Amino acid sequence: MAEVSLHKLNKKFDTTHVVKDVDLQIRDKEFMVFVGPSGCGKTTTLRMIAGLEAITSGEIRIGNTVVNEVPPMDRDIAMVFQNYALYPHMSVASNMAFGLKMRKFEKAEIEKRINNAASILGIESLLHRKPRQLSGGQRQRVALGRAIVRDPAVFLFDEPLSNLDAKLRVQMRVELKKLHERLAVTSVYVTHDQVEAMTLGDRVVVMKDGVVQQVGEPLELYNTPANRFVAGFIGSPAMNFADVTLVENGGSPVAEAPGLRIGLPGALATRARAKTGRKASLGIRPEDIHIATAADAPEYCFEAEVEVVEQLGSEILLDMRAGGALMVASVEPTLRVRAHDKLKMALKPERLHLFDAETEAAI
Amino acid sequence: MIEGAAWRRWVFFNIPLILFVFVLLFPFYWMIITTFRPDGELYRPWNAVNYMPFWTNNPTFEHIFYLFEETNFARWMLNTMFIALVSTLISLFCGVLAGYALARLNFPYAGGLGTAIFITYLVPQTLLFIPLAEIIRNFKLGDTPWALILTYPTFLIPFCTWLMMGYFKAIPKELEECARIDGASRWKAMIYIIIPVAVPGILSSGIIAFTLSWNEFIYALVFLSSPDQKTVPVGVTSELIRGDVFFWGPLMAGALLGSIPVAIVYSFFVEHYVSGLTGSVKG
Repeated sequence: MAEVSLHKLNKKFDTTHVVKDVDLQIRDKEFMVFVGPSGCGKTTTLRMIAGLEAITSGEIRIGNTVVNEVPPMDRDIAMVFQNYALYPHMSVASNMAFGLKMRKFEKAEIEKRINNAASILGIESLLHRKPRQLSGGQRQRVALGRAIVRDPAVFLFDEPLSNLDAKLRVQMRVELKKLHERLAVTSVYVTHDQVEAMTLGDRVVVMKDGVVQQVGEPLELYNTPANRFVAGFIGSPAMNFADVTLVENGGSPVAEAPGLRIGLPGALATRARAKTGRKASLGIRPEDIHIATAADAPEYCFEAEVEVVEQLGSEILLDMRAGGALMVASVEPTLRVRAHDKLKMALKPERLHLFDAETEAAI
Repeated sequence: MIEGAAWRRWVFFNIPLILFVFVLLFPFYWMIITTFRPDGELYRPWNAVNYMPFWTNNPTFEHIFYLFEETNFARWMLNTMFIALVSTLISLFCGVLAGYALARLNFPYAGGLGTAIFITYLVPQTLLFIPLAEIIRNFKLGDTPWALILTYPTFLIPFCTWLMMGYFKAIPKELEECARIDGASRWKAMIYIIIPVAVPGILSSGIIAFTLSWNEFIYALVFLSSPDQKTVPVGVTSELIRGDVFFWGPLMAGALLGSIPVAIVYSFFVEHYVSGLTGSVKG
């Protein structure tokens, strides 16, 4: 059991600066997910925690120990790799035993741990097979088993599900979540899939270009993104953005774009007032847009023309054009809408987001 | 496969294949048939009535007996075997370690060093034997097996290093990283994980290195002189060609017996050998 803390962590490969001043406290037993587009530095950060990548500057602590110079074998960690990295010449049981043998465990203890891990993962019948005789999902389980038997202080996962097909991925995601609840070991998980991040993480770190954009619980990231990048990255379908200018209209601030004028409510209005005249991005999630009714205040309504109707069964996605802005709205599946319909739409004012056009930070 | 009409298959596949196989196998056939034909048939003029170069009705072992009774052939076989084995082992040991280092350890000038090693392989032996002869003489190794055991690695080590470097590069580096997280030092990770996975590659370079040193001619010719020190290729050609007289029967018998060990080695490891050359690592 251990906390992991990163302090002013930096990594440079020759001239490219891939991880920039990362500060992070991962709590004991927490499931922390690093998410971001490829090349954002999330895997490099994980590899630095593992000790597979040297640190350019900064400090990593596992528990109370600074591990900057500690070799991977002495960090008390276990890692699951994207390609599983099973030892191809060893049976499943030997794969799982390898780490324990290296650490000179008793034979009986090794056997006990292997059987225990195998029964948790349901791979008892595979113990004598070689990795090449296993399916992708089975290999994934063996890789997990190899980590579990070690009973480490920290689990590290490097995109462990991305080599699986979509259905299996969802299934393994649930299993991973259950496994974490059962084992309660500090885990660091890297993924580029925001759905994985949202569903698995106790907290999520969003990274971009080597910089941490936001750290928080999944819903915190979803509801109060710190900047435009996080807002666009978390959530599917993605948040709608419209380039607007903040102007004063009869004493209250509004966001204005060609063919679009949206009022700004309460606290947002106060914050926006300081930036009057500036350009900004107005953000609204698809599920926060609906067809206007009499109950909707006119300043939160706008005219839009439907371009594409996407029937998903549980909902309908409307790809619409409102003035110069393209928007996606998620509406009731019972609604009868056709392409080129002109609709009056309304949005939930309390769910509006504003981002500074220059800094991209939330206003 | 070639698709389409039968004539296309014949023209583009079957006929070229038959030609190829014929060209490859005919020398072996010639070697075998010459070994077992009696001298009377071998030296019969081509316009004689019963001239029959491709077959014999009176097979004989006289050439093979001649080889063992009148020459040091058995000794040559032992010499060649010893020299080829030891120089292959030395070269494999160095090649595996060097190949691993060049493929995996990030040290300055690793790339340049790799290229430099390759370039030494390109220096022709026909030039290199001159300075090497001087060295062998200074170390007083002339006319001993060590003259060859120590000079063959000059071309075998670069060869093994390059083959192994390519093979090691094809092994996912996560395997090793995982082993190191699992508690293995770099050395143990290499012994327990990387080398077992690289066995096909090691066998391939071993087989080729063995064959190269088994067949090597020029160093063996220059560095060895007494008949009981010679290797098969040099012994057979120097003792069975006297002036312009070719003892075709024993020559071919020597060639046949000399190629048997290599053939055995190849057939024994052929599966590993192929997967080694194609660099397949099953995950």
